[in-house]
Amino acid sequence: MLQDRYTLAFRVYPYARSADQDAPAPVRHPVVVGGGGPIGLAMALDLGRQGIPVLVLDDHEGIGMGSRAICFSKRALEIADRYGCGEAMLEKGVVWNVGKVFHDDRQVFEFNLLPETGHKFPAFINLQQPYFERFLFDQIEAERARGAPIEIRGKNRIDAVEDAGDHVRIAITTPDGPYALEADWLIACDGAGSPIRAMLGLDFEGRVFQDSFLIADIRMKSTEFPTERWFWFEPWFKSGASTLLHKQPDDVWRIDFQIGWDVDRKEEMKPENIRRRLDAMLGPEVEYDIVWSSIYTFQCRRMRKFTHNRVIFAGDSAHQVSPFGARGANSGMQDVDNLGWKLGLVMSGQAPASLIESYNEERVHGADENILNSTRATDFITPKSKTSHIFRNAVLDLAEHMPFARSLVNSGRLSVPCTYDGLSLNGPDALAGSPARSRPGSACADAPLEGGYLLDRLGDGFVILTLDAAAPESIEEDGVVARRLALGAADDASGALRERYLGDAASAVYLIRPDQHVAARWENYDEAALRAALRKACGKD
Amino acid sequence: MAKLVTALNIAAPDEFYEKLIRAHEGLSDDESAALNARLILVLANQIGDAEILAEALEACRTPAA
Repeated sequence: MLQDRYTLAFRVYPYARSADQDAPAPVRHPVVVGGGGPIGLAMALDLGRQGIPVLVLDDHEGIGMGSRAICFSKRALEIADRYGCGEAMLEKGVVWNVGKVFHDDRQVFEFNLLPETGHKFPAFINLQQPYFERFLFDQIEAERARGAPIEIRGKNRIDAVEDAGDHVRIAITTPDGPYALEADWLIACDGAGSPIRAMLGLDFEGRVFQDSFLIADIRMKSTEFPTERWFWFEPWFKSGASTLLHKQPDDVWRIDFQIGWDVDRKEEMKPENIRRRLDAMLGPEVEYDIVWSSIYTFQCRRMRKFTHNRVIFAGDSAHQVSPFGARGANSGMQDVDNLGWKLGLVMSGQAPASLIESYNEERVHGADENILNSTRATDFITPKSKTSHIFRNAVLDLAEHMPFARSLVNSGRLSVPCTYDGLSLNGPDALAGSPARSRPGSACADAPLEGGYLLDRLGDGFVILTLDAAAPESIEEDGVVARRLALGAADDASGALRERYLGDAASAVYLIRPDQHVAARWENYDEAALRAALRKACGKD
Repeated sequence: MAKLVTALNIAAPDEFYEKLIRAHEGLSDDESAALNARLILVLANQIGDAEILAEALEACRTPAA
């Protein structure tokens, strides 16, 4: 029996009977993606754009309603842009820079993200999750029209998964009854409650936070708030132990009330009770409509290992964080970015299967950083002991007059991509005088070029980025090609390339991975060194 | 190791101690706890040095050691 667990915002892949359901034996697919949320759709897009046939199975018929993840980071947008849909997201999204922090009825301080100039994308946009998914889906349709082998099957619920050594057996339920498939690879993008993880009996350990949050998305009718992030600790209006107000597209504001652990969810979700909290906050004269509401709790945890032979976990199925800091969907996008090219090289025989293990190594590193940051924010926002509460309020008291204390106020350290420091795929860091921010393992910082941006020019494959340095136009090492992108002072009117990639060095040669992370860097081109670094980045050492 | 100063470093110890106690006069336990917390944060920022702060935390968590 297939029962919808949520309402759809966009019914974009209605159930249609597949020939696979009438096949005499289970049909084998190269890649099956379990789950059609943002991470599953991005995964399909990444692989499909490489020409790898990918089948997405989702137990619903489209994109779920509800704003949920609303804050998308620069890196997530850059990844989406590599797939072709970042600009559409930016155009729809709300760009914000100013945040205000309040305690009770006092403004403690105000901050400005002051984003560095010379990037195609801002530090963050706010965008309701259904729109984010819709843009990914529209891009899938566009890629399909160009021949990308992506298929999405709605109302196909995965009910059993079995590791069969060199493939995975998958049992599926549809409105027409059950059928079975085989997959060379199964990517589990089925969310924090991952049924696939449960089917395989895998661990998912970490801290449970005993608190609940009530989300209300409201459309203002009589007034407007500015496009800023407002965060209250212990607000005077008593609608929650903390409250967050943030603007979304379509004149919708998102309000999160921290309402405690022992709450009667059904009671709290009654419109009149939600309105009571909102009215206390906004004042009785403000008119609004409630667009969507929900109650959520969260945990900070991850799987011990994200790769289990032919089953690979990505996004919330592999790791879950608190919402403070926008590290959920944003880190899932980085999972996809990391896994896509590796799986592509392994499936085409250009890299050994062991390259997949570097996905586990790098993204576990990323997940740990995100869990650490989000746990710290959670402990600040919801102190767990009387002493912790006293210190938290002492910080807020001091922050009003002493600038140092503002750095201790933690309402979420906003997501930035992690650097894979010291991990297996990194090659030499042999560029004296260069900036630390572009060391091996780091995500490339964008920079403005004549008529465009650096990241657009990097594109999808391995790149030899030369800055005022000689190098061949491309090299091929054991089947893997790296093409040259030659730039220099003449392309760098703003000076951003120098600042971000050269520092005091006179020239530079960077080897950049398909996910736009730096693999290695030198002052000058050395063929043997570059070939060795390319092999290492493909897991061949 | 042992950057933490454990020998006397305050010029007039009795005077400082008196001021510390006097700062808490008339405060409830909760108000005193809040004052202490603010004081710790301000002094920690003044010290700044991560090693000294870590040593101080460790030393005060196990006062008998």
